Amino acid sequence: MGETILTIDDLHVQVEGKPILRGVNLEVHAGEIHAVMGPNGAGKSTLVQAVLGHPRCEVTGGRIVFLGTDVTGMKCDERARRGLFLGFQNPVAVPGVSVANFLLAAMGTRRVDGQPQKISIKEFRTALKEKMAQLGIGDSFLGRSVNDGFSGGERKRLEVLQMLMLGPTMALLDETDSGLDIDALKTVAGAVNRYAGSSVGVLLVTHYQRLLGFVKPHRVHVLVDGCVVRRGGPDLALDLESVGYEQLAAEA
Amino acid sequence: MDGPALEFRASYEEQYGFREPERYVFKARPGLSAQVVDEISEMKGEPSWMRQFRRKALDTFMAKPMPTWGNTELLQGIRFDDIYYYIKPVERQGRTWDDVPAEIKRTFDRLGIPEAERTILAGVSAQYESEVVYHSIREDLQKRGVIFTDMDSGLREHPDLVKRFFASVVPPTDNKFAALNSAVWSGGSFIYVPPGQRVEVPLQAYFRINAERMGQFERTLIIADEGSKVHYIEGCTAPIWSTDSLHSAVVELIALKGAHIRYTTIQNWANNVYNLVTKRAVAHEDAIVEWVDGNLGSKLTMKYPAIYLVGRGARGEILSCAYAGKGQHQDAGGKVFHAAPRTTSTITSKSVSRGGGRASYRGLVKIHKGAIGSKVNVRCDALLLDERSRSDTYPTMEVDEQDATIGHEATVSKIGEEQLFYLMSRGLTEQDAMALIVNGFFEAFVKELPLEYAVELNRLIQLEMEGSVG
Repeated sequence: MGETILTIDDLHVQVEGKPILRGVNLEVHAGEIHAVMGPNGAGKSTLVQAVLGHPRCEVTGGRIVFLGTDVTGMKCDERARRGLFLGFQNPVAVPGVSVANFLLAAMGTRRVDGQPQKISIKEFRTALKEKMAQLGIGDSFLGRSVNDGFSGGERKRLEVLQMLMLGPTMALLDETDSGLDIDALKTVAGAVNRYAGSSVGVLLVTHYQRLLGFVKPHRVHVLVDGCVVRRGGPDLALDLESVGYEQLAAEA
Repeated sequence: MDGPALEFRASYEEQYGFREPERYVFKARPGLSAQVVDEISEMKGEPSWMRQFRRKALDTFMAKPMPTWGNTELLQGIRFDDIYYYIKPVERQGRTWDDVPAEIKRTFDRLGIPEAERTILAGVSAQYESEVVYHSIREDLQKRGVIFTDMDSGLREHPDLVKRFFASVVPPTDNKFAALNSAVWSGGSFIYVPPGQRVEVPLQAYFRINAERMGQFERTLIIADEGSKVHYIEGCTAPIWSTDSLHSAVVELIALKGAHIRYTTIQNWANNVYNLVTKRAVAHEDAIVEWVDGNLGSKLTMKYPAIYLVGRGARGEILSCAYAGKGQHQDAGGKVFHAAPRTTSTITSKSVSRGGGRASYRGLVKIHKGAIGSKVNVRCDALLLDERSRSDTYPTMEVDEQDATIGHEATVSKIGEEQLFYLMSRGLTEQDAMALIVNGFFEAFVKELPLEYAVELNRLIQLEMEGSVG
């Protein structure tokens, strides 16, 4: 088993005063891909947003430990600079800011051993071209405003492109599969598979097991009503297809 | 105690708000009188028609009441008796920077003017207090008959042109502050571009106030003859004083048949400056006039660049952008008068308010009877960075011609938690995230600027954002 990357320890979270997560435990090691599944409203998005420190997620108990450091009280940007990444379910538009400038600004925040990471424009361009090719993204993408007027599929590709460029140690991808046609899904899954190596952790939030046909998780966690009700290997995802969440929750 | 605001003040102070010891060869006593007006005219050795023009304008100023619209409360705070209406900093204008006194040169060095002159400009005019202390124009332009000089020299050296066009677009009776400028004007630029001459590299003027309680009243007149083209850029800054200063310019543009004038302003006044400016252009047949107007800083800005489209097919474009920070009111916008057939215009206004600042868009579009087939498009976008700040829109449309196309769109948005979270989840600090959003919001404006100015503006916005996160 690889080094522990992320530990979610008895996490309780409220949103606008309403308890959403009620004691979630989850541990991701280097080299692992995890999947969090569950019905609508189970708290899947809240879980990944809380890990990144969304201000609307109020942690009322438990903690989040990333690479040995308790990050529970840290601001979102600080967590990101340490190597946490969230692929958004609904990426936000930033009118007037080009994809290229946005990526450059985000890359400029990277730290290696606490020191600003130096990357030349040339290295940046080379890396960008390579990753864009992997995702089947054309050059015209770079001059467009971030997510502004993007189709659902374009938004998701941009999320994955950001992940590939920023190279986080822990990537949480919130329903990155939704809104993709089958070809796009294969492309994105291929990129995630390549990205998930021996030194990083990946956590996929997904509603359906469609994505899991292309990305094979080591562990599957089923979240219902703010609690993990089942854990298992990749087969659990298949069981869910036939059994359904409700029955699973009842059994738990 | 308001930490963030102090921090911003410190940054402005260092980069723009610094001051040099006051120097002058003549300083009129404070307050406005016929005597002060005569003194100015005397020192400049003006022809009698100009002296009479000034005296008449002074009467107009005295007779006119203060505006009853806009921010009347702030306007009432102007202490006309305390202001210095004329300060002559040097005996004569420099032809090289070495001719300019050290402390003045130091100021313009810190503002990057000589450097810009070497790299990206075809001519430079640098005004310090009331007079232009340095002036240059590229020799090749001079040979092509392009005139770019300060307004006082313009009056001396090109009396016929000046007499014909001066105050032809903005008469002293237009408004109280136009009258004030007409009475005590000094400095500013005079530009004449001969027929068919296209000046592709920008000319720039920089206006600097240094003294306390200073009134700066430059007067600019640009005449683009038939089929010519010119791009003029102006920048302005001042030190931070605890008392108020007044900047009240008049700018007149005349674009003759088929001419193209672009006038770009990036002003970044200290927060104690009243900036009350009248800018107006006349566009003749097939002429194009563009106002690209960026307003940062000042205590109160009231400025509505106007275009009179008087010739068939004339085109006008106004791009106004304003940033209202703590204790500031940016009352800006634009006016277009369609007085000929097939004329088109666009007004785009972008404003950002933060820290209790207030940004207002005030616009007037008039389509006169007979301006058939004219087209107007107005778009105003406001962005509020916090709950305390304010944005207002006062659009007026007067349409006397049925056969015209008019579009108007206005939006007000707030920086949302989701937008900030998204950017911060990529590692950007809250401050950098806000600056990126604001830069994006101003993008339509910034892309109209020469690259160096675009970079500078982005940096200014970054500076404004410092300490914006409480």
